[in-house]
Amino acid sequence: MFAEIFSFFYQFADVFAFLILSAAGLAIVFGMMGVINMAHGEFIMCGAYVTVGLVHAGFPLPLAQLCGTLAAGLIGVAVEWSLVRKLYKRPLDSLLATWGLSLIVTQGMLLVFGSTLTGVGTPEGSFVVGDYTFSVYRMVLFAAAVAVLGGIYFIFMRTRFGVHARATMQNASIAQATGVRVGRVYALSFGIGAALAGLCGALYAPTMTLIPTMGAAFLVEAFVTVVVGGANVLLGTAPAGILLAVIRTGLNGWGGQIVGQIGMLLAVIVVIRILPEGVSGWLARKTR
Amino acid sequence: MKLSHALFSLGCTMVLATAATAALAAEPLKVGLMEDVSGDLAVLGKPKLNGSQLAVEEINKAGGILGRQIELIHLDPQGDNARYQEFTRRLLSKDKVDVLIGGITSASREAIRPIVDRTQTPYFYTNQYEGGVCDANMISMGAVPEQQFSTLIPYMVEKFGKKVYVVAADYNFGQISAEWNRTILKDVGGTVVGEEFIPLGVSQFAQTIQNIQKAKPDWLLMLNVGAAQDSFFEQAAAAKLNLPMGSSVKVMLGFEHKRFAPPALNRMHATANWFEEIDTPAANEFKKRWHAKFPNEPYINDMGYNAYNALYMYKTMVEKAKSTKLADIRKVIAAGEACIEAAEGKVCIDPKSQHASHEMRLIAVDEKHNVKVLKDYGTIQPYWLGQIGCDLTKKNDRKQYTPSDLPKKL
Repeated sequence: MFAEIFSFFYQFADVFAFLILSAAGLAIVFGMMGVINMAHGEFIMCGAYVTVGLVHAGFPLPLAQLCGTLAAGLIGVAVEWSLVRKLYKRPLDSLLATWGLSLIVTQGMLLVFGSTLTGVGTPEGSFVVGDYTFSVYRMVLFAAAVAVLGGIYFIFMRTRFGVHARATMQNASIAQATGVRVGRVYALSFGIGAALAGLCGALYAPTMTLIPTMGAAFLVEAFVTVVVGGANVLLGTAPAGILLAVIRTGLNGWGGQIVGQIGMLLAVIVVIRILPEGVSGWLARKTR
Repeated sequence: MKLSHALFSLGCTMVLATAATAALAAEPLKVGLMEDVSGDLAVLGKPKLNGSQLAVEEINKAGGILGRQIELIHLDPQGDNARYQEFTRRLLSKDKVDVLIGGITSASREAIRPIVDRTQTPYFYTNQYEGGVCDANMISMGAVPEQQFSTLIPYMVEKFGKKVYVVAADYNFGQISAEWNRTILKDVGGTVVGEEFIPLGVSQFAQTIQNIQKAKPDWLLMLNVGAAQDSFFEQAAAAKLNLPMGSSVKVMLGFEHKRFAPPALNRMHATANWFEEIDTPAANEFKKRWHAKFPNEPYINDMGYNAYNALYMYKTMVEKAKSTKLADIRKVIAAGEACIEAAEGKVCIDPKSQHASHEMRLIAVDEKHNVKVLKDYGTIQPYWLGQIGCDLTKKNDRKQYTPSDLPKKL
């Protein structure tokens, strides 16, 4: 009995981690800043490729993952400065520009690094509960997802930068009038979003096939979670992750992966029909 | 003045006409190739393009086919079936190719087939697949279930046990291959304790791994397809699933044993007509030529090897038929004369089904990811279609048959 309950929790944790880690970066870039970032998957791929490249070069995995995260963040700042900055008031154009960027990056990686990279193997061992064996690393991913949510909360609610960022997203002109350096806030926020995407790639790199288009595997889940979550990252992403993970885990267990996938997409349709502003919009109204 | 002018133009016309006739005689033979070198299947498709390029280069250097050089027209459909159809139409009607080669998944093949079937163009499908296509336009170069499953499944049942869990990609390849597994298992007394069909693009397998542990199978039949679904192996290894596995597509097609860190592919078994570890003089000579041209190729996979053979098979057929017409080529096939000396051994096209015979070997991967040959089955004919009544020497069929969908009368 305990084994069954634990296995459900494990499955839930696994789906939850995948949704949250996929979505965390996008929640900032798309949810808060309103940039429809179609290159989100490519930041994830960047994190994964840097991580695996450094492990092959002899770095220990955690350090390589840190470097993968930072690399994606730095590239994010550069992309914001060179491309996205001009498009804040033109969300549909930001969609086109980042989509183009995503196509160029995937094809470029294919040309430069070939169609696949050799994997690095999943670290840590496994543990046994009842009839089942579980991978320890999947639990590490769950812990990382919780830590990421905590980290976002801390940065945006407890730091000076967080106050400036929230002010800027709400009303950039007034924020600027009160002395906030809006340009820098935008660049940093986008950079944090890209770094979180890179972190997702870095964390999943040891568990997946590495191909230039691997970001696509995360993109749908990321957008779904952010859309269900709504504009407010702090209120929306976590509850959306929990809601979708429970639905998906239940359906996966009951009817297999296809039913899980269909069920999750149906759930999204229902949620945005009932709550057009997402979970966070609804929570904000409730608490007002 | 007028006369000389007229003579001059006449002279010019004659020179041009002669030049045109000469050009016509040496006009290149157009080969239309569709291989995915980007997208989810690029890992598999790149060796196919390379194999075709190598064969074309060699054949052209040796004087071409019937004195005509080959012009390779490659288009990259990026794994998109709609694009496969668009490119098929373009190659057939605009480029007017003499022969069409390509397609990776069974879905892409079934997208191409109806379009080619309306023409008199031969189409070479170069992959191993779930079998059953009886089509006058199609020549199949890869291995089929009677060569792969009829050898693999009885071996796995005898060696590891009767209980099988199937993980398959959810489209025609996975579904029909799973049906083959059920049919063959019935004959050898095995049972399916679980069957799971996964949508393409799914990369997370925690639930599947747990379902497998719950069902307690003796071994797994892995029919997962594409880079995303290959993530299963890494995740299963991390969860210490450690079951023997069998497959008709792993190792020799996707070289997962090269792409994943050991021991993710430990205990994987497959029956293959080609794998790069094959160690015969002919195979080693072939590998040397390939690696000289493509030094960065991580692995010469089964599809790339078959794609290479397809051009030589086409060359043999055209030279024996002394024509590029489908009807003449089919006469050569019907006479049983379409054979080539390939790196695996002699490969012949079966007259009834237009599928290739193959030297089949059972291979297994150990925990250090070395590939061992466990058994050599010798040449296996593609007999199944002929047995159930497909006979392309007598009737122009266009259908794909499966164990549950046989021709009406035997």
